[in-house]
Amino acid sequence: MDAPPVPPDALDNRESALQRSNTADVGEIGGWGRVMVPGREVRDENLERLTEDAVLCRGLGRSYGDSSLPPPGVSDVAGTTLADRILSFDPETLALRAEAGLSLRALLRVFFPRGYFVPVTPGTTFVTLGGMVASDVHGKNHHCAGTFGEHVTALKMRVADGRIVECTPQQHPDLFWATIGGMGLTGHILEVEFTMVKIPSPWIYMESERVPNIDAYMTGLAEAAQTWPMTMGWIDVLSSGDQLGRGILMRGRWAEPDEAPEGFPEPKSRPGVPFVFPQFALNPLSVKLFNAAYYRKPVGAGITHPEPFFWPLDAIHDWNRIYGPRGFTQYQCVLPKAAGKDAARRFLEVLSRLGGASFLCVIKDCGAQGRGMLSFPMDGISIALDIPVRDDTQQLVDALNEHIIGDGGRIYLTKDNFTRPEHFAAMEPRLEAFMEVRRRWDPQLRFRSAQSVRMLGDPQ
Amino acid sequence: MKAVILGATKGMGRALARQAAARGDALFLLGRNTSDLERSAADCTARTPGQVKVGFATCDLADPDGFDAALDAADEALGGFDTVIVTAGMFGTQEQLEADLDRLRALLTVNFAHTVLFCEAARARLMARGSGTLCVFSSVAGDRGRKPVVLYGASKAGLSAYLEGLDHRYRAAGLVTVCVKPGFVRTSMTEGLTPPPFAGEPDTVASRVLAAVDRGKPVVYAPWIWAWVMWVIRLLPRFVMRKVGF
Repeated sequence: MDAPPVPPDALDNRESALQRSNTADVGEIGGWGRVMVPGREVRDENLERLTEDAVLCRGLGRSYGDSSLPPPGVSDVAGTTLADRILSFDPETLALRAEAGLSLRALLRVFFPRGYFVPVTPGTTFVTLGGMVASDVHGKNHHCAGTFGEHVTALKMRVADGRIVECTPQQHPDLFWATIGGMGLTGHILEVEFTMVKIPSPWIYMESERVPNIDAYMTGLAEAAQTWPMTMGWIDVLSSGDQLGRGILMRGRWAEPDEAPEGFPEPKSRPGVPFVFPQFALNPLSVKLFNAAYYRKPVGAGITHPEPFFWPLDAIHDWNRIYGPRGFTQYQCVLPKAAGKDAARRFLEVLSRLGGASFLCVIKDCGAQGRGMLSFPMDGISIALDIPVRDDTQQLVDALNEHIIGDGGRIYLTKDNFTRPEHFAAMEPRLEAFMEVRRRWDPQLRFRSAQSVRMLGDPQ
Repeated sequence: MKAVILGATKGMGRALARQAAARGDALFLLGRNTSDLERSAADCTARTPGQVKVGFATCDLADPDGFDAALDAADEALGGFDTVIVTAGMFGTQEQLEADLDRLRALLTVNFAHTVLFCEAARARLMARGSGTLCVFSSVAGDRGRKPVVLYGASKAGLSAYLEGLDHRYRAAGLVTVCVKPGFVRTSMTEGLTPPPFAGEPDTVASRVLAAVDRGKPVVYAPWIWAWVMWVIRLLPRFVMRKVGF
């Protein structure tokens, strides 16, 4: 058959997705806290092409605040989730390399049943590798394993002058360590290479105990950290007096093959929150009831399923809808050891005085600060609480920030939507060094986000 | 299953290749771009139990002269394939295709004429060895002439008719034909379009297609809801179709 000539470029109907999308409407885009701004996500399998004109990449949008949102005046962010291929895995060295849009969930679906796990997992599997690097995520094993960035061995990046560069702790170390925890502001992460870990079984041995107040809690946490690879806990922020900071402390480790049940833990089903709850659903009474009930949940010791242990909230699809139409923010800070043993108690007292109510307040001790230039954790205690957005949320965050600045603490950019630039500068002595590397690689500050414009003074 | 997949680097083809790899099927990937194929082959390799290496070769639906060489390479790597899956194809909105005749000509040629030529080459090989499965992605757009997809739909209607004919003519001789009709699926192909109700995910489509290939089902709609949607649309009288926008 004499085929009609096919012009080669006509065949390639896959011109830059960013250009192609210019005809579509700009809608609204938000972080996990559901505080929305004008914008849209544009996705393509080819991350190199997609990032040519992009100012920011976004993975699964699980950062709570505005760090994955476009800066004012820019409509598009490059969505990485279609760039999700595993490029290599070496069972000897455990080195794994993949495209940045691969989700932790998809990665674990392949490797968890084979006896491999990520060295560090955050509290959700709905994150991409690129996001795990940009946020330099930490987990229940931070006091032993550090952040995810400590296990990253190489990054392939598109930098501001358009080049694609490979960076490692040896090659372009400034770019590498500024990118670990750099919130995507140093360049677009295209590929991530890191070291997996081998696990004795896919099950967890866990002990949990009810603790009467924050002092007992802190002592228990410190003791557990001596011998347990994974620790964390939840506290009731509405309790007061002698019971201030009562909660449940959990410590865990991978189960050994002889104590683990046969077979692989079946994935749990995921019921969803079918609609956005009305604002009145979350009120002092409902929060108090929830916290009181949670405090009474059964405690004990034994083998447990890894999903509720590592990622309890993944069990509920769209759980962020419970915070109502105005959305929510998470306040997560870390208070250094130098702030003293009673730092957590004083934080809770301030919180209680300000009337901050939260369904879940998670407390965890952190190990040493990592090498990522803006990496969040440092030797001390991390406290995270969800706060529904109300008229006074800005004042509440301001007051908490003023308190933690006095104690030498800092906040987690991945969760933030409200911190003022002067507060962030006061809590982050490493900021100037970070900005210096950023300007070295991106003198015009092409790469930016709604958060970087709001908090770091980037050009709009 | 020893399967050749044309179009495995993107979208539904990628999802399908991954699921097949994960259950241990032997795969050989065909596509246009070598470096893209290399990455997808590595991805499938990592997902195959025991990390069995997945091979690949270039094959472009715009260039029928290359079909035989590509299928030779696949035959050699797999030791004779028993299944051929085609997910590759072009897409354009009605407005884009009306405005760009070169693109329209390319789309009609690739989606119909050259896909049929590829299938004929694959069919000849499968039937020569007595049996085999030919699974080809058409579209719900080919089920009925509709306003938003006149041109794209016409290319797929031709393809669907060809696949139905093959099923009637050769099933008794051992050739199983599976015509896949995806509805709107969220892939890079449809990125930027407003998803209609019942939009599906590539993974859902892939598992349904694999099940259909296993059972030798001649026609499969994916996600399943589209079977009912299209049933209704096929029943609508012409005067209604002229009025509605879909």
